Amino acid sequence: MKLLVCVKRVVDFNVKIRVKPDGSGVELANIKMSMNPFDEIAVEEAVRLKEQGKVTEIVAVSIGPQQAGETIRTALAMGADRGILVKTDATVEPLAVAKILAKVVEQEKPDLVIMGKQAIDDDANQTGQMLAALLGWPQGTFAFKVAVGEGSIDVTREVDGGLQTVGLKLPAIVTTDLRLNEPRYASLPNIMKAKKKPLDETSPETLGIDVSPRLKVIKTVEPGGRKAGVKVGSVAELVQKLKVEAGVL
Amino acid sequence: MPSYKAPLDDVLFLINDVFPLDGYNHLDAFAEVTPELAGAVLTEAARITEEAFAPLNATGDRQGCRRDSAGSVRTPEGFAEAYGAFVKGGWVGLATPPDYGGQGLPYTFAAIVNEFASSANMALAMYPGLTQGAIAAILLHGTAEQKALYLPPMVSGAWTGTMNLTEPQCGTDLGLIRTKAERKGDGTYAITGTKIFISAGEHDLAGNIVHLVLARVEGAPSGTKGLSLFIVPKFMAANGGVRGARNRVSCGSIEDKMGIHGNATCVMNYEGATGWLLGEENRGLNAMFTMMNEARLGVGIQGLALSEVAYQNAATYARERLQGRALTGAAFPAQAADPIIVHPDVRRTLLSIKAFNAAARALVVWTSLKADVARQATDEAERQAAEDHLGLLTPVIKGVLTDIGFDNTVKAQQMFGGHGYIVETGVEQFVRDARIAMLYEGANGIQAIDLVGRKLPRDAGRAMLAFFAEVSGFLKENAAHDGVQPYVAGMKTALDHLQDASMWFMRNALGKPDNAGAGSTDYMHLFGLVALGYMSLRIAKAAADKLAAARAANDDSATGPMEARLTTTRFFMERMLPETAVRLNRVTAGAEGIMAMPAEMF
Repeated sequence: MKLLVCVKRVVDFNVKIRVKPDGSGVELANIKMSMNPFDEIAVEEAVRLKEQGKVTEIVAVSIGPQQAGETIRTALAMGADRGILVKTDATVEPLAVAKILAKVVEQEKPDLVIMGKQAIDDDANQTGQMLAALLGWPQGTFAFKVAVGEGSIDVTREVDGGLQTVGLKLPAIVTTDLRLNEPRYASLPNIMKAKKKPLDETSPETLGIDVSPRLKVIKTVEPGGRKAGVKVGSVAELVQKLKVEAGVL
Repeated sequence: MPSYKAPLDDVLFLINDVFPLDGYNHLDAFAEVTPELAGAVLTEAARITEEAFAPLNATGDRQGCRRDSAGSVRTPEGFAEAYGAFVKGGWVGLATPPDYGGQGLPYTFAAIVNEFASSANMALAMYPGLTQGAIAAILLHGTAEQKALYLPPMVSGAWTGTMNLTEPQCGTDLGLIRTKAERKGDGTYAITGTKIFISAGEHDLAGNIVHLVLARVEGAPSGTKGLSLFIVPKFMAANGGVRGARNRVSCGSIEDKMGIHGNATCVMNYEGATGWLLGEENRGLNAMFTMMNEARLGVGIQGLALSEVAYQNAATYARERLQGRALTGAAFPAQAADPIIVHPDVRRTLLSIKAFNAAARALVVWTSLKADVARQATDEAERQAAEDHLGLLTPVIKGVLTDIGFDNTVKAQQMFGGHGYIVETGVEQFVRDARIAMLYEGANGIQAIDLVGRKLPRDAGRAMLAFFAEVSGFLKENAAHDGVQPYVAGMKTALDHLQDASMWFMRNALGKPDNAGAGSTDYMHLFGLVALGYMSLRIAKAAADKLAAARAANDDSATGPMEARLTTTRFFMERMLPETAVRLNRVTAGAEGIMAMPAEMF
């Protein structure tokens, strides 16, 4: 069984995000970038499935600038077998990403696609669902646990009320939630091996996908600072404030 | 709770811009190294040390190691898991040859990873660190059988290693060693004696512990010429990393000490334990010394590592601690007080640590690259020059980086005011942990004597003269360079001071060795200042070039870090380098005033 895992290069989760002075977006130059943590979980799950003998080949795909190749190398160092970089310097929105991935899926014909439920930069949480719709494949989002069977997969999902398990026919799309697994450290021998694993390059143009933005960013602002709180004298006063001032009761 | 971020940007700047690694492509270890691979390796090393090692530093300090009545030693909670992750990642064998399961990468990378690991958790980092030292000794002196037997499990980290030199009556003076080795007639020896201060002598991290033990074969000459080195495994070893019967070596007790509580410092009792000769009989000290340079370099790195982590926490605190107002009026009128980093004296303190760290890291990388050349170059002249450099700079790095590294942890503690004295703040642990690096692997006074008495005069001063020539050559070549030019005169003066001091020794110490002894520590620090000053200029040169390129490309985001590097160099040149004058004065004061005091009047 062949597995496609999608990885995105995002601002490292430790970096304090700063808005560009002109408000056109966030500062990215000379900022530490890493693999989206949800995608790391996706790669880890893919590697575990391979270690269990359920998967024979893992292809890691990323869409972004040349440096996104480093993110693919990270996936290769964790255990993916080869990579595909869809190179573009343009801003790609979830629908464009889903269309590109659909094209890659058409070419690669994987039995399973795993990706993070969202990327920590824009938190869109759309790509997996859109890809499933474009391909007409079943989807198991917010995966907490996956169990691969014969031609099927059980995905236990994190939902508001607890956990829900869905049985999907393969091929299918799975998006990962935080508690699915704990990603490993890449080992030194695997970092060295990753250097020699194949990494193909293509582009949205070559795949025939128009990535022109459909959304317009009007402005980007930093969240306002937290305001000072007040002490309340009694429960009655608290309830009163929640009703009148906060309007939540 | 203190925190730690590996100085990845600084390290990558050093290996990409200051000492570009493509200049070393002719060495095997660098054959596959590209900036991308170096980045990937060191990024992952940063991650594992930050995430797996650092969180256990304070808890490991509080728990310490515990020995039970049967002589087993338990390391602090979490150490086994963190060590396991390090082993699983293949980091122990980073720089050992692939023949024994290593990755064959440059020693320089291992030195950098050692800095990260020691900053994150020095006590834990010592377990794999000592193993690497023992691996080096077996690689150089072991027979083919010994290498096949011990190296694969040691390189993987499944087994660890130790060095056993010290005995109760014998520290610096190894000629006093009493541990004896009796020939058993089957090629093995029965080792009997007591060794003390054995780091990682007994613990629960690995399946077997391979002790390298200095002992005297029966009938051997007295003094250091009668010492031989033996491999004494805790469990007898069989091929394939299989361990057999328990050997007659045990941990008699563990020391209760000032710092590095997470590392077991053991009294090791050898009661007729079976040992195998490593190298030749009576050439044990020689075998030890071939690996001493790298081991001492490793301890110097610990000094830098503690200085770095202490600095990071002090800088964060200085930016956050609101207290008083800037001398020039409120800097942040909206807040109740200004952060203490507005104060010139706080900045002076922090910059003195920062400038040292930057230059010391460069000195470590530069010298580690020489170690790689010394290990692998096929051109004899190149190899010899690297060996000379390594011999000369090793006592300087060990002595100066650990002396100043310790001072810096105290300075960092000072930034916290009274809170720095409180255990929970975490900075006092850095002070305690850093202290040992000045003492072990040759106390710093011994490093100074090694430098002045052995390393300077060796081969008619060849290594020293080559160093002087390199620094003055750099100053000539870059006299007009933007980043270097402002400091050429000051650096020349400092180099003159070092040359004057060296000449003074030649004229005044050959017949009167006390003159060398009395001036040796000042000389070592004088040497350190010149070496660190030279490194600061190398950094400034590369930073100025990058800054010019960034400005030409209108890349505002790249200018900040480069400007900061130039400011750091400026601080070193203006406020640290001038100390060479004082050091020279002390050297030339000679021994008379020191030796004049009768011992009973002390």
